[in-house]
Amino acid sequence: MSYRQKHLLAIEGLHPPEIGHLLDLAESYVLLNRSGKTQRDLLRGRTLINLFFEDSTRTRTSFELAGKRLGADVINMSVSTSSVSKGETLLDTAATLNAMHCDLLVVRHDQSGAPNLLAQKVDAAVINAGDGTHEHPTQALLDALTIRRRKGRLQGLTVAICGDILHSRVARSNIHLLTTMGSRVRVVGPPTLMPAEAERLGVEVFHDMERGLADVDIVMMLRLQRERMQGGLVPSAREYFRFFGLDAAKLSVAKPDALVMHPGPMNRGVEIDSAVADDPLRSVIREQVEMGVAVRMAVLDTLSRGYGRNEP
Amino acid sequence: MSPDTLFTGVRLLDPASGVDLHGDLLVRGGRIADLGPGLGRPDGAIVIAEDGAILCPGLVDMRAALGEPGYEYRETIASAAEAAAAGGITTLAALPDSLPAIDDPALVRLLRARGEETGSLTIVPYGAVTAGCRGEELAELGLLAEAGAVAFTDGNRAIGSARLMRVSLAYARGFGARIVQHPEEPSLAAGGAATEGELATRLGLPGIPAAAEAILVARDIRLAALTGGAVHFAHISTAEALALIRQAKSDGFAVTCDTAPPYFDLNETAIGDFRTYAKLSPPLRKEADRLAVVAALADDTIDAIASDHQPRDADDKRQPFAQATPGGAGLATLLGVTLAQVHNGALTLARAIELLTAQPAALLRIDAGRLAKGRPADLCLFHPERIWQVEAGRLPGKAQNTPFDGRALEGVVLGTWKAGRRVFG
Repeated sequence: MSYRQKHLLAIEGLHPPEIGHLLDLAESYVLLNRSGKTQRDLLRGRTLINLFFEDSTRTRTSFELAGKRLGADVINMSVSTSSVSKGETLLDTAATLNAMHCDLLVVRHDQSGAPNLLAQKVDAAVINAGDGTHEHPTQALLDALTIRRRKGRLQGLTVAICGDILHSRVARSNIHLLTTMGSRVRVVGPPTLMPAEAERLGVEVFHDMERGLADVDIVMMLRLQRERMQGGLVPSAREYFRFFGLDAAKLSVAKPDALVMHPGPMNRGVEIDSAVADDPLRSVIREQVEMGVAVRMAVLDTLSRGYGRNEP
Repeated sequence: MSPDTLFTGVRLLDPASGVDLHGDLLVRGGRIADLGPGLGRPDGAIVIAEDGAILCPGLVDMRAALGEPGYEYRETIASAAEAAAAGGITTLAALPDSLPAIDDPALVRLLRARGEETGSLTIVPYGAVTAGCRGEELAELGLLAEAGAVAFTDGNRAIGSARLMRVSLAYARGFGARIVQHPEEPSLAAGGAATEGELATRLGLPGIPAAAEAILVARDIRLAALTGGAVHFAHISTAEALALIRQAKSDGFAVTCDTAPPYFDLNETAIGDFRTYAKLSPPLRKEADRLAVVAALADDTIDAIASDHQPRDADDKRQPFAQATPGGAGLATLLGVTLAQVHNGALTLARAIELLTAQPAALLRIDAGRLAKGRPADLCLFHPERIWQVEAGRLPGKAQNTPFDGRALEGVVLGTWKAGRRVFG
């Protein structure tokens, strides 16, 4: 087996064969899902806990469906951050989970590094379903699978990731995955939403959509969180849309067959115009959701085999 | 009356007093009675002979937080004193941002008395600059000074308001006391968890730019010039701030600064995979900054090395990185980590010892940190080449939150004496 980790905490640090393995396996699950067949014996008797400290219907449902399609017992735990303020620490939660003999733990948390901390303390294989502004590895994998299926490759493609790069775990995971797999990555956004030394991540930085999108194969839009405007990093939604929202005019400088992606949920009229989001020829946003289930099945399958668990 | 103690055949080192000789030192009645190349052995004297050992003044740590009052679960004065003695420290300047803050003369007297009770550690309290260290109204600096506060600071809270800093510097000048600033522009640092840059970007951690330090340093140099007051910058961590301080010193302003071992021994990579024990305030910086701190230790830009001891317990640290409390334990490792810069050739041994003894004592205006006849026999005996390894969980004292976990160090404290009485080793 070519995936050599107990957990999936981050894309950073994974080697191309590990990413390739997950994508190939996910590809086979796309076909299986479309054929209507199931493989409900694979995770039979295994317990998958979806531990969400942050609301996310979309990602939680995707993991839930993936687990159920493989026959796992799936339990959803939504932990409001208020119970943390009541004094229960993340590590108290970890102790509880160990007592439940959970095999696979999917974690979403608003703090960067929270899954790493849990992984040190729980017996289960931990899957990061998004941590703060750090990483969202399964999102990057499903984006890569979507691109690979449409374009036949990742190597040599030019991908523009646009918007609030600073606060985006999706951007970080995608940057690591795509640069690892040989794509050229651009990040496009206002300077106030660009992380420090972004270029050190191996990307080209643009502050202008027209230049940033010129001749790209893929345009990946990011959600602009409303609270960023309250933080004063951009003055208003309409100004943001004017300069960084994706509409047909801005998209026109990309390659004629460029694909438009968005991790969802979209702020229509803020970072993306509905006409583009719903354009069946360009937008693969709905396909991303389908790929999400397949990718998560591949991750659960791979981690349940427990690399390193039986080693002395 | 305790018996005399004779140190014999050791290297006596106090660069500030011009002492560097192989010989003997005699302690009588808690004070240094004599020192020289060969002293007679008085009847009944305890004799201390250690081959290759160095006897220097007990270290003067000009910046450490005690858990008391208010955070006894992190550290008590007794446990801090134990750790200090193991680290060769005999005098410690305690930060005032405790609970309650040291903003009342009675609390200054209390801390001094609690230090005396330990029998091993003189505690010289800082007074709060503002009531409750809240950064609003000025504390009673005069009464605090009269009660024995050696300087004023709001601890790890920066004095953010320029007007308040101006008033503090001007007012403290009347009492001859320094204002010690935590130089970090609060609005730029707010919410930050790591130094801004590539690593923080990769880890998805909110950054604190190096400029946050330089901005407050630049501002306060001007305010010191405006008021004639004396400003001291604590735990300087960036090249930018050091360049400003170097310039201000050469311009003749009353500006001084210290740094702490993490800033010349570690860089930001120590936070690696979200290691909260390496989460400090200010944050560990880039390698170029670390090198600038080393250079500034050697060229006199930095006036002292302090432990910047900040005791934390496991619950403070076992948190997601951005939520973990910053701060590292530093008492037991102060000498060893400083000596690493001697072993690698960046500092002379004399310079290192001066930075840990006479210089901080002079900044605090206290009678400590010297080997001279008639001075208190506060002494540190160490072997510069013996090896040990720092291990969180096995450090002396209660606080185990060392950023140096696993670090191998050359330089072992063999014994510590307070007013002639052996308190460690």
